[in-house]
Amino acid sequence: MAVRREEERTTVDRYSGRVRVNHWVTAISLILLAISGAALFHPSLFFMASLFGSGSNTRMLHPWIGCVLLASFAILFVQMVRYNFWTKADSHWMRHIGDVMSGNEENLPEVGKYNGGQKIIFWLMTLLILVLFATGIVIWYEYFGTTFTIEQQRFGHILHALAAIAMLLVVIVHIYAAFYVRGTINAMTEGKVTGGWAFRHHRLWLRREAREGVIDERQTPPRRLGPKAPAE
Amino acid sequence: MAGLQSQDFARISATTFRPPDVRHDFEVAKLIDVSKCIGCKACQAACLEWNNLREEVGINRGVYDNPHDLTPNSWTLMRFTEWENPESGNLEWLIRKDGCMHCADPGCLKACPAPGAIVQYNNGIVDFISENCIGCGYCVKGCPFNIPRISQTDHKAYKCTLCSDRVSVGQAPACAKACPTGAIVFGTKQAMLDYAQTRLTDLKSRGFKNAGIYDPPGVGGTHVMYVLHHADRPQLYANLPENPRISQVVELWKGLTKYAGMAAVGFAAAFAFVHATIARRNDVSRAEDREAEHLIDEEAARGRQT
Repeated sequence: MAVRREEERTTVDRYSGRVRVNHWVTAISLILLAISGAALFHPSLFFMASLFGSGSNTRMLHPWIGCVLLASFAILFVQMVRYNFWTKADSHWMRHIGDVMSGNEENLPEVGKYNGGQKIIFWLMTLLILVLFATGIVIWYEYFGTTFTIEQQRFGHILHALAAIAMLLVVIVHIYAAFYVRGTINAMTEGKVTGGWAFRHHRLWLRREAREGVIDERQTPPRRLGPKAPAE
Repeated sequence: MAGLQSQDFARISATTFRPPDVRHDFEVAKLIDVSKCIGCKACQAACLEWNNLREEVGINRGVYDNPHDLTPNSWTLMRFTEWENPESGNLEWLIRKDGCMHCADPGCLKACPAPGAIVQYNNGIVDFISENCIGCGYCVKGCPFNIPRISQTDHKAYKCTLCSDRVSVGQAPACAKACPTGAIVFGTKQAMLDYAQTRLTDLKSRGFKNAGIYDPPGVGGTHVMYVLHHADRPQLYANLPENPRISQVVELWKGLTKYAGMAAVGFAAAFAFVHATIARRNDVSRAEDREAEHLIDEEAARGRQT
């Protein structure tokens, strides 16, 4: 992780390749889960089951994709949890969420690697994935159809549906925030953001990164051609 | 389905359109007179034979129930209960033929997420259409009587069809045909209710003052009914539910949650769309890019000092 002076711009490393791979495995799993889950949730969305071949395939695959999600998110959790503990500055930031939404971040306290909103999303996703996994096991009929009573499975179904709806809302906020705050998506595609982006949104984090040192990746400027040195 | 066709559907699982409405049939019903049953299991054998099913050879656990429970292959099962009547001091052998009750308001159909996997014909029979079944087991949770069974080999749900193939060509279900005592009779629902009244008169004249018909209103009535000698205590008959109805949890899951959930997600997406269109663009300015350079230089210098 470092600040890099490049030819045209300054960038700050934000996510290593390992975190990015993990993030996208999690993201793709979540999208596949949302599609297959929605197909089983509402009749007018059942047509999406054909993306998985058939309704039976959807029913069979959905829980396994859930297992992939749990595993990849568990690793993501370990990679990110140390930046996500709540501080007083986060409470202050959350009280001014309206300024962020209207593009006036100038008067907010300096933010570390993550702001309050990002931390809330992190913890909500953690909680919801745990609820979805636990209730998902209860309603995984193929393997656990006789492990739990029918009444327990009924409660499993409604909790799973409610948690999934909450998860979709959290995901919508997450995706939209990444889109609305321009320059954010590069962090997860290229692994780095511009210096200006870090200054605007995560200044405290930029300070810490800069203190670690700056790598100059500019080519050394071509030497000015002066008068030829006299031959010796 | 030999004769019953898509034009006979009155309800179709997981569909939002209205089923065809041109045909209106008499409602049919099977009446099982528990007081006449001798527990011979001819109905079970006839069911296996007509539906071309084979049950595994099981083990004896010291009770007459064989197999021990409904299975994907056994769609009907005699459940035996020994009960000592405290009033008369008699030992009564209560034998109930268990199986799908063909509810007027079927919980399985309400819970089913696969379009057309569960249908109700306009004669009242509730049928599973295997080619549309996805094996999710939601019907198990919808059913107030714990009837559907999912095969672990083909992942399809199975239960009594009320011999819909026989009924469609004017035949009675195989179990009714095979019953040697006439304990199982089949006809229009009204004819069965009328016939049941004659049975109640007979039973009451012989001292069963609580004899009655089991046609539970909580599920809109059923198309399989019982004549019970102790209709005031249906639980005596191998836990036949006293007031069966679709679980409130299932109703909430398949009702409010479905619509509120769709609305919440739709609203969030719409909000994002409107905000994206009208809100001030949250982008990094040139000035911020320049300020970042100063800040990086400052902090880098501070970093070198320490």
